[in-house]
Amino acid sequence: MIGIISYLVFFATVASILSIAVLGLNLQWGNTGLFNGGVVAFFGAGAYGTLILGSAPQDGLLGGFGLPYLLALFGGMVIAGIVAWIVGLLTLRLRHDYLAIATFGVAVAFENLVRNAAIFGGAQGIRGFERPLRDVFGSGLAYNALFFVFVLILLIATYLFLERLIASPFGRLLRAIREDETAAQSLGKSPSRVRLTAFIAGSVIMGLAGGLYATFYAFISPQDVLPILTFQIWAMLIVGGAGNNKGAVMGTFLIWAAWTASGWALSRFAPLDVQLYTGSIQFVLIGFVIVGMLMWRPQGLFPEKLVVSQSAKTGR
Amino acid sequence: MAPMAEPILRIRGLTRDFGDFRAVDDVSLDIEVGTITGLIGPNGAGKTTLFNVLTGMLPPTAGQVFLNGQDVTGKAPDALFAMGLGRTFQIPRPFARMSVLENVMLAPLAQAGERLWGPFVGAGKMRDQEAAIRKKAMEVLDFVTLAPLADQAAGQISGGQMKLLELARILMGDPKLILLDEPAAGVNPTLTNTLIEKIEELNRGGKTFVIIEHDMDFVMQHCNPVIALAEGRKVFEGTAEEAQNNTVLLDAYLGAQVA
Repeated sequence: MIGIISYLVFFATVASILSIAVLGLNLQWGNTGLFNGGVVAFFGAGAYGTLILGSAPQDGLLGGFGLPYLLALFGGMVIAGIVAWIVGLLTLRLRHDYLAIATFGVAVAFENLVRNAAIFGGAQGIRGFERPLRDVFGSGLAYNALFFVFVLILLIATYLFLERLIASPFGRLLRAIREDETAAQSLGKSPSRVRLTAFIAGSVIMGLAGGLYATFYAFISPQDVLPILTFQIWAMLIVGGAGNNKGAVMGTFLIWAAWTASGWALSRFAPLDVQLYTGSIQFVLIGFVIVGMLMWRPQGLFPEKLVVSQSAKTGR
Repeated sequence: MAPMAEPILRIRGLTRDFGDFRAVDDVSLDIEVGTITGLIGPNGAGKTTLFNVLTGMLPPTAGQVFLNGQDVTGKAPDALFAMGLGRTFQIPRPFARMSVLENVMLAPLAQAGERLWGPFVGAGKMRDQEAAIRKKAMEVLDFVTLAPLADQAAGQISGGQMKLLELARILMGDPKLILLDEPAAGVNPTLTNTLIEKIEELNRGGKTFVIIEHDMDFVMQHCNPVIALAEGRKVFEGTAEEAQNNTVLLDAYLGAQVA
């Protein structure tokens, strides 16, 4: 019984962390139409940033600033935001698939950087991070449950922040730029400024998710920032419903459950020689989910509502 | 008529090249305050390109544009809209997956809630503004006869209604000069009549219009002066009556080379 509860807490923690990242992508893609193909770069910047800022000094590694945890987490978000600001400025003129290719390239470059630069721990990653309040709550279920509550609070805060944001004139502006940038500019709006703002804000949220992820495992390595994570996060958003924050969270839990279950089922029921390819088969499955959803229900399980602006609702 | 003031729009030697092709060729003209100017010419004459250069969507290759006496050459579309220049598009550009009301509410300039922190810091100001914007948006929608469609997705209304919606959107910015690109093309006669009625009503209220239109009845009845472009050059400028008797103009429409 304890085993099952433990597992559920573990599952819900990871799914909640990923939900935060998916909400960040939803701000960029669902609301603004920015095709970020390099989610892991910003997730990773937050993760590496948090550990570098928050951990004790280690030989040969960058940082070890030992900042208080919340400050380190916030610092990770800031670092993700700075990376997004630079990438955003460089790619400001790129649209759609071009932006996707450029950001995908950034993510691959990020992975290569942390894999090869010894100061980021290289292929071994950064270990030895002391999880906050561990000496108070130990390392058992109580600690994990508490950490889950912490993650859940941040997920709810992020959700409420975004819901309020997109119901405002700012959200209306994001959607207008998604729908037709030229028309928005002809109505006095500055698409480049708005795109950059949305790109940075979404990436900061991804950075928060990355920081929480690294905290949860007390460890981050290049294996955690592979392109597959970007595709998983995209699948979660597409299945849930781009443009709908509730859909983004639902999609995350659903896809993460399917991912976990498929891994378990393959390792349990598939013939031994097939099991070797479990990871590859899962990659294929996630591809099927994305393509299938785009073909048969592109609006997702929870489609975007037509009227999102709070004050444009007429109660009909 | 009142004595001619400073032209609201003055164009001098405006030229726009696309590679070797000269789409707009040394065009100079003045648009007087309070007029409805008809801009005519065969397909490919450079009318829409001229609009795109005037509204800042394309930089000119040469020449200058003055709005209310101020040099605005090369300014971006958003800056020009803020200075009182509104335009609609030949093929309507609604924000398709937004409601008609939201389309219109987007347009007012410098909204407090348009900043990332707007809904959180000083949200009271945002709410007051939103209430005022919403009220004005409903009035403008009512004016263009689209109020019953306020809750529809803008991508689902008819092409003619989209043209009215574009007019409604720019009216939210209180423009002084409005450029309409083929407002009557592909629009059923009833809606065209509504549109003409609204244009004339706005014109009586002091707004200046420049209208690209192929419908000669429309131009001859409602536009004065009429300006004609052919192969990027201005080939005619005068009254509607003069236009009908102008051989150069007839040549241009018949496809003959203009010397």
